[in-house]
Amino acid sequence: MQIGIPLETQKGETRVAATPKTVAQLIKLGHSVVVETGAGTKSSYPDSEYAAAGATIADRAAVWKSPVVAKINAPTGTEITRLPIGGTLISLIAPARNPELVEKLNKRGLTALAMDAVPRISRAQALDVLSSMANIAGYRAVIEAANEFGSFFTGQVTAAGKVPPAKVFVSGAGVAGLAAIGTAKSLGAIVRATDLRAEVAEQVASMGGEFLAVQAEQQVSTDGYAKEASADYAAAAARLYAEQCKDVDIIITTALIPGRPAPRLITADMVATMKPGSVIVDMAAASGGNVEGSKPDELVVTANGVKIIGYTDLAGRLPTQASQLYGTNVVNLFKLLTPKADGAVTLDLDDVVIRGMTVTNAGEVLWPPPPVQVSAAPAAATAALVPQEDPEAKAVRLAAEAKAKNQRNLVLSGVAAVLVVLAVAFSPASFVGAFTVFALAVVVGFYVISGVSHSLHTPLMAQTNAISGIILVGALLQLGSTNVAVLVMSFIAAAIASINIFGGFLVSYRMLGMFKKEA
Amino acid sequence: MLLQFIQGTYIIAGVLFILSLAGLSKQTTARLGNIAGMVGMGLALVATIVHSVYLSAEGEASGARLSVWLTLGLIVAVLAIGAAIGIPIARKVEMTQMPELIAAFHSFVGMAAVLVGFNSFAVPGESAGGAVHLVEVALGVLIGAYTFTGSVIAYLKLSAKMGSKPLTLPGRNWINLFGFVLFFALMIWFVLAGEQNPTLGWILIIAIAVIGFLLGLHMVAAIGGGDMPVVVSMLNSYSGWAAAAAGFMLDNNLLIITGSLVGSSGAILSYIMCRAMNRSFISVILGGFGVDTGTVAASDAEQGEHREIDAAGAAELLWNAKSVIITPGYGMAVAKAQYPVADLTAKLRAHGVDVRFGVHPVAGRLPGHMNVLLAEAHVPYDIVLEMDEINDDFAGTDVVLVIGANDTVNPAALDDPTSPIAGMPVLEVWKADNVIVFKRSMATGYAGVQNPLFFKENTQMLFGDAKDRVEDIIKDLGNLA
Repeated sequence: MQIGIPLETQKGETRVAATPKTVAQLIKLGHSVVVETGAGTKSSYPDSEYAAAGATIADRAAVWKSPVVAKINAPTGTEITRLPIGGTLISLIAPARNPELVEKLNKRGLTALAMDAVPRISRAQALDVLSSMANIAGYRAVIEAANEFGSFFTGQVTAAGKVPPAKVFVSGAGVAGLAAIGTAKSLGAIVRATDLRAEVAEQVASMGGEFLAVQAEQQVSTDGYAKEASADYAAAAARLYAEQCKDVDIIITTALIPGRPAPRLITADMVATMKPGSVIVDMAAASGGNVEGSKPDELVVTANGVKIIGYTDLAGRLPTQASQLYGTNVVNLFKLLTPKADGAVTLDLDDVVIRGMTVTNAGEVLWPPPPVQVSAAPAAATAALVPQEDPEAKAVRLAAEAKAKNQRNLVLSGVAAVLVVLAVAFSPASFVGAFTVFALAVVVGFYVISGVSHSLHTPLMAQTNAISGIILVGALLQLGSTNVAVLVMSFIAAAIASINIFGGFLVSYRMLGMFKKEA
Repeated sequence: MLLQFIQGTYIIAGVLFILSLAGLSKQTTARLGNIAGMVGMGLALVATIVHSVYLSAEGEASGARLSVWLTLGLIVAVLAIGAAIGIPIARKVEMTQMPELIAAFHSFVGMAAVLVGFNSFAVPGESAGGAVHLVEVALGVLIGAYTFTGSVIAYLKLSAKMGSKPLTLPGRNWINLFGFVLFFALMIWFVLAGEQNPTLGWILIIAIAVIGFLLGLHMVAAIGGGDMPVVVSMLNSYSGWAAAAAGFMLDNNLLIITGSLVGSSGAILSYIMCRAMNRSFISVILGGFGVDTGTVAASDAEQGEHREIDAAGAAELLWNAKSVIITPGYGMAVAKAQYPVADLTAKLRAHGVDVRFGVHPVAGRLPGHMNVLLAEAHVPYDIVLEMDEINDDFAGTDVVLVIGANDTVNPAALDDPTSPIAGMPVLEVWKADNVIVFKRSMATGYAGVQNPLFFKENTQMLFGDAKDRVEDIIKDLGNLA
């Protein structure tokens, strides 16, 4: 089937929905591709390369006549009328925010597939443009911030003095957030991040960032997207943001909730506490902004010298890369649409991925799709969370238990000490001296042995066994007795004790000889 | 002057013993520690011989002591006997028999303590006397007797001359309690009447000894063979306390110092081991744990199928692995497989495979048993790791060889709260990609518990004698190389 790739007409758009590479892939799937003249110029893909890859270069009218049109931005009113009735459109649509657009598409009898409505399941990752664009945008956000920031990101010790590393705070650890964390980290900054989904802490750490948990009840995502937070959480988060604002040099906010205005995370008051020269990148500026005072597509400088970047085309600022990734997402969609690679497009509405993306079909509005569970894992996590004790309460309880135990031990030790004192007080003098020696030796024994390495247990036992043959001393002293019974008994005792001594020392000597360290 | 000299020597000997134990707690200083102990013992003996000869010289006239030369002759004879028997045993003993040997040695100390106690009652020294002395005698005899029979039973169980099943008489704990109560009663009687009436005194002290013998017999017999490591360590401690008690009777500081050193170090060692097995320390001292084996093999039927592998397959798996962990157990000791295992290790390491050993704290029949065996076979000790050091690494390991271990690698300890070994920390071998279990048959381990590990998907069984199978693998490795 013929696929049309038009030149993007939206102001400032630099991307294109196919690159020479992805054109070749589409042709492999059995399709023919028509690319509008100059469609790839802004992304550094000249027409000649498209032609070389097998595409036909044509004018606007010819491209829009294609039965399938794939583009980046949602079509304008005139563009819709150019589409053949009953044709197929693939683009960003944002159906939740644009009901009128959806209605217009439906009126034209179009089959509309929204590239930004891919369900977040593992299988669908390959065609998720939100993910691929967010990755680029996260990277670019850091680059933009670095561009505006007046210092290094990395700490250095130079002949001209020491430079502290920049501190970067990333809010929202989605794809964009994680990309930003990784990029800022690789530039050498100290990176911190927070997210209302506590389960992403590990992902943050894996990118080299430090996760700052908001101390409030946790949220577990069941569909892979963040949701709006509770009031309790919001208050705790506000405290965290206020603290970070005073400390960090760069803030990058990525908090977006699908189909809703972006949550306001950073207020003007918080911005006012930041150091002059600090940079904020508000990646949610297009949908209302996470930062008070940010303006879409503008760089705002506040009274205290903080720069707030509100660019909405961050991904588009890397047009070559962004077009390639978007194009690949489109190719992966076509792989689902033409499973036999024969150029025939079939819409399988039983496939949750296709169903999720299909906004209109055959005169019917199919938005919103039935909800899709991401996977079983988050459900299990919820179950695991339930019996968990509040960490603070647990700490208090443990401390109380430890205290009670200490007190009990103290009392027992006290009683034991009193008993010992009493026992010694009523004993003959000779016993007292012996008892002193005994008590001290017991303590020494405990301390000497507490740190013993496990592998030495057996030789140690053989050694202590040999040493306990010291009973021989007692037997030897009795050996000179003229009492025959005593003589015989002490002789036997001395003999067996000396077997113990000779045998025990020798055996442990032998064993120790065997332990060798690799040379 | 002479007596002071003897006391001085005793102090040096005592210090040397402390240094000896301290030295043995680290690999690098262990040899030095061993030597320190020997020197200490040598000094102590010299001083004692001098003391004994001096006593004879003083007491000969009064008829209380034999002549100097006779005394000296007897001492030399005794030491000669000890050396003649002890040295060959120590030379010849197989490292796999270490546990029994140590248990046997403990019994000697116990018996010696009993005899010394009797003697001390027969001929009380000058300074000793009175009620305190009699209490010391009674305690020394009891502990000595207990150590003696306990060690003999432990020896018999460990050398497989006696079944390792725990003996469980009805009302076990009451029997023990009754024994102790009876002992206290007899001791009080002994203290009150022993000195005035020697005949009654002898009857009582012998009765106390008998109680000690019976208690030792009963309490150690009640402990299953699998839990012997702790018992041996506990008996080690008892033998120390017996020596300390003798020191009190004879008013000899060296005996007190040394005895209590051994006693407390043995006790702390047992405590460390109990913690490793998640057992109650108290129940070990009182004897008879490993008893609650109510659900033995109850769920065999549901376990499912196990898979077998042959030596050639195992060799191939090992040859292509990046990392291998070997977890040995008592089965390796029984099969004397440590030499071929060391050989296999050397070959794989030469091939660039990262081979390490994971040793469970209670693997074998003696703490550190596996380490000694592996050391004997010249496995470098820095690749032999403890459970805590290696447990996190199983997840990233290609192949785990379980050689003669069973209960120490049983996932039921973590998964199945009704299992008799529930709560015991185990080597988490099942997290590795492949597990090969060397085993004679599908029989249960020492604790009598079925092992779900054998039925896991990533587990393969290699049946037969561990030594033969490891040698087969080495042969097959030769073909691959």
